[in-house]
Amino acid sequence: MTYRQASYDEPILFELEPADSKGGNKQISANVPDLLRRKSLSIPDLPESAVMRHFVRLSQMNFSVDSGFYPLGSCTMKYNPKINERISRDRRASCIHPMQDVSTVQGSLQIMYELERMLCKIGGIDAVSLQPAAGAQGEFTGLHIVRAYHEDLGERRSEVIVPDTAHGTNPASAAMVGYDVIELPSNNGLVDCNTLKSVVGKNTAALMLTNPNTLGMFEKDVLRIADIVHDAGALLYYDGANFNAIMGRTNPGKMNFDIVHFNLHKTFSTPHGGGGPGSGPIGVKRELEPFLPVPRIVKEGERYRFSYDHPKSIGKVRAYYGNFAVLLRAYVYIRMNGGNGLRDISARAVANSDYLMRRLEKKLDLPFGGRRMHEFVLSGSKLKEKGIRTLDFAKRLLDYGVHAPTVYFPQIVEEAIMIEPTETESLRTLDEFASAVESIVSEPAEIVRTAPHNTAVKRVDEVKAARDLIFSYRALTEHESMEAQRRSQAPG
Amino acid sequence: MLTPKMLQALGISSEEELFEEIPEKARIAGIDLPPGIGEEEMIEEIDAILSKNRTAEDMPTFLGGGSYRHFAPAVVGEILSRSEFYTSYTPYQPEASQGMLQALFEYQSFMSELTGMDAVNSGMYDWSTALGEAALMCGRMKHGTRFLVARSVSPERKAVLKTYLKGIDASIKEIAFDPETGRLDMGDLRRNLSDDVFGVYLENPNYFGVFEEEVDEMSTVIGETPFVVGADPLSLALVRPPSDYGADIVIGESHHFGNSPYFGGPLIGVFGCRREHVRKMPGRIIGATVDAAGRRAFCMTLQTREQHIRRGKATSNICTNEALMAVAACAYLASMGRSRLIEVAEVNIEKAKRLSEMIGRIDGYRSPKFKASHFNEFVIGCPLPVDRLGKSLIDRGIQGGISLKSDFGELGEAMLLAVSEMNSEEDLKALAKALEAIR
Repeated sequence: MTYRQASYDEPILFELEPADSKGGNKQISANVPDLLRRKSLSIPDLPESAVMRHFVRLSQMNFSVDSGFYPLGSCTMKYNPKINERISRDRRASCIHPMQDVSTVQGSLQIMYELERMLCKIGGIDAVSLQPAAGAQGEFTGLHIVRAYHEDLGERRSEVIVPDTAHGTNPASAAMVGYDVIELPSNNGLVDCNTLKSVVGKNTAALMLTNPNTLGMFEKDVLRIADIVHDAGALLYYDGANFNAIMGRTNPGKMNFDIVHFNLHKTFSTPHGGGGPGSGPIGVKRELEPFLPVPRIVKEGERYRFSYDHPKSIGKVRAYYGNFAVLLRAYVYIRMNGGNGLRDISARAVANSDYLMRRLEKKLDLPFGGRRMHEFVLSGSKLKEKGIRTLDFAKRLLDYGVHAPTVYFPQIVEEAIMIEPTETESLRTLDEFASAVESIVSEPAEIVRTAPHNTAVKRVDEVKAARDLIFSYRALTEHESMEAQRRSQAPG
Repeated sequence: MLTPKMLQALGISSEEELFEEIPEKARIAGIDLPPGIGEEEMIEEIDAILSKNRTAEDMPTFLGGGSYRHFAPAVVGEILSRSEFYTSYTPYQPEASQGMLQALFEYQSFMSELTGMDAVNSGMYDWSTALGEAALMCGRMKHGTRFLVARSVSPERKAVLKTYLKGIDASIKEIAFDPETGRLDMGDLRRNLSDDVFGVYLENPNYFGVFEEEVDEMSTVIGETPFVVGADPLSLALVRPPSDYGADIVIGESHHFGNSPYFGGPLIGVFGCRREHVRKMPGRIIGATVDAAGRRAFCMTLQTREQHIRRGKATSNICTNEALMAVAACAYLASMGRSRLIEVAEVNIEKAKRLSEMIGRIDGYRSPKFKASHFNEFVIGCPLPVDRLGKSLIDRGIQGGISLKSDFGELGEAMLLAVSEMNSEEDLKALAKALEAIR
């Protein structure tokens, strides 16, 4: 497939202001206290046509799920059905203030209440809070629940264990809740029960586990792992980032996890928005329910209301109740697929991954034996021998009109290339991707090393960005004029 | 079910084989949810559910307190519906994501201009978590065990702050407000500052909509202690940026720039700081650079602060943020421009002032309760229990303001009313008339 992304020398908005609108700085009225009145505001006045063209051009310089394949490991970049968008734009969903009288928000509350019940069934758990804004915030919430649970028992435990294959958010969340992080080395890609036993003790608050893990491997000792953790009085936390692999086949409850977060923007197909908003509901077993954030949603007869009267609750982790616009899309997705549909989705996600892995392992190394689930991690070490780093390989893929996989993660695989195709891709797309990989492997190293060639810009100098620290237009213009001056003064 | 062709391609006889690693004891037969439905049925079902809601378009609404309704030019919605933006992933591959990166850089530039901060990141979950993160950041800037917070800040945000501070075992000390003006009690601030204080937080305008005016004195009193200011960026179109009076960190909320309230989410927290603190900052930040051909380009930068690189030593655990909301805010500010932004902010002040004067003329109500300059919110004292008043207003088809009864009991029967350009003259009159009837 030949691919060429649009490429404009699109000015920054501030540079688009027509000359004749400058200098029209409005005087600020007397309603503002003198001591506080602003002197100037440098925001451009632009015609609407200029604004629209600007953003359309920017959008054309942006890769997206609607324009191509995103085999981005651990991110579950599936296609997002458009019905979700149509429904979420309903004014009766969007035009609702969070503090409205409860009698005027019965519809919103019903959606949230029913979504909680659906997630309980999908996760094999007893209670859910939709409050966390994203997966990492779900972890943060879950670990506060762990802390509150132990404090309620009169215990103060100081350690959270995470496998070396864990997402970076796991140790970061544990640290934010005040825990020391113990990293558990894996054995052939999996948690080793003997190693686990050697680090679990009376200081252990929880083990955070992703299953299948970030190598796409199912932690098949999960029930033994749960016993080891529980025997020490600790709790088992399920990172739901890879939930797309297991729907209707197993669930965290059945695997004896105590706490789970869901990533609605992954598994339940709400669009990623260039980085967010997401949503990271947290679910727990019955004995942990008293610790969930407030408010909870309760149903009395046919009426819904908020309940704040939960003295053991960890409190609030964000304002209001959750990312409703995302919750609504997930509700629609789950309702439209139903129980059987979700089960099929996981089968297709795993099958697609298996199919792609079988083709690609002929060209690139697949570390560790055994089956993979919805994603797999290859090693680019063979390419490195040819002088091509995994980063170069990833950049070259962009030239073929596909997004690069997740690279250099998990860190236990050298030159890691992490691929998750998701269920929404056809065999045709998978074959095209495999052909692109095969073709890159045999391309001259120089073409790959200097990639990408067909994107809006060439290889971006990220080192310079970290050195110059330019975060705004104002800083950029100062920097560019300084550089221009330096060039003009340079000898010769 | 997988197709026979797929099974054949995978060399398996049934899809069960794909899941053979799951121990039998952990397997389930399926999910106990009803079968799926089609699009038409879905639309009908949602329609029936949402028809139970009443929106701010169905009834005059005077709620604020952190979530606001403002008019967005039509062009903002058109820009947001570009699926190249809303279906893209975090721009980890800058060469293929220049559109998103430039839009986020422009968002940062706008917010930098409004707040006066050198570095504004591309967004936190909301203002409340921005506050939690700001307090943790202060903890990285200065040792101490106490974080001072004005009593006059949003209770919702204070509750979230409390959760975030548990992680570093720090405590919150509230600074009183002057009961006459609603402004910060400078004496109480002075009394509570000590070596043990690692940060000070206040909002301007504060939760009561009151402008803090003695900001220069405040700045002198706070001195070297990390100083965090929270502000509605719309107000910053008219008032001095907090950088002007010594803020080290400025936080706020910008969901109302081009987005709808959506029952409180998603929101987007503004987070900016002075250049010297940037390596201690949480969240994603976009930097300008060049590509291999020397052309201007953008990328995520200082990622070594973030969880995917630094793991347990990261400045925050935040990963997914609210990027699309930042694009909306950017599109909003671009389409409003300086002139209309200032105009809207002024209309907000004028309308709030007008409503507060209208209510002040009704016997029994005290409006505004505080003798001070206000932005677009103000507190009224009520002649009857405020919760009963709220219900009576609902019965009359009006959504009143926020009851301050449980969070600010010392104010008696008090209500926080918010007004914006979305409230018509008829709305204001309807509220005044209802209040007159109810008392």
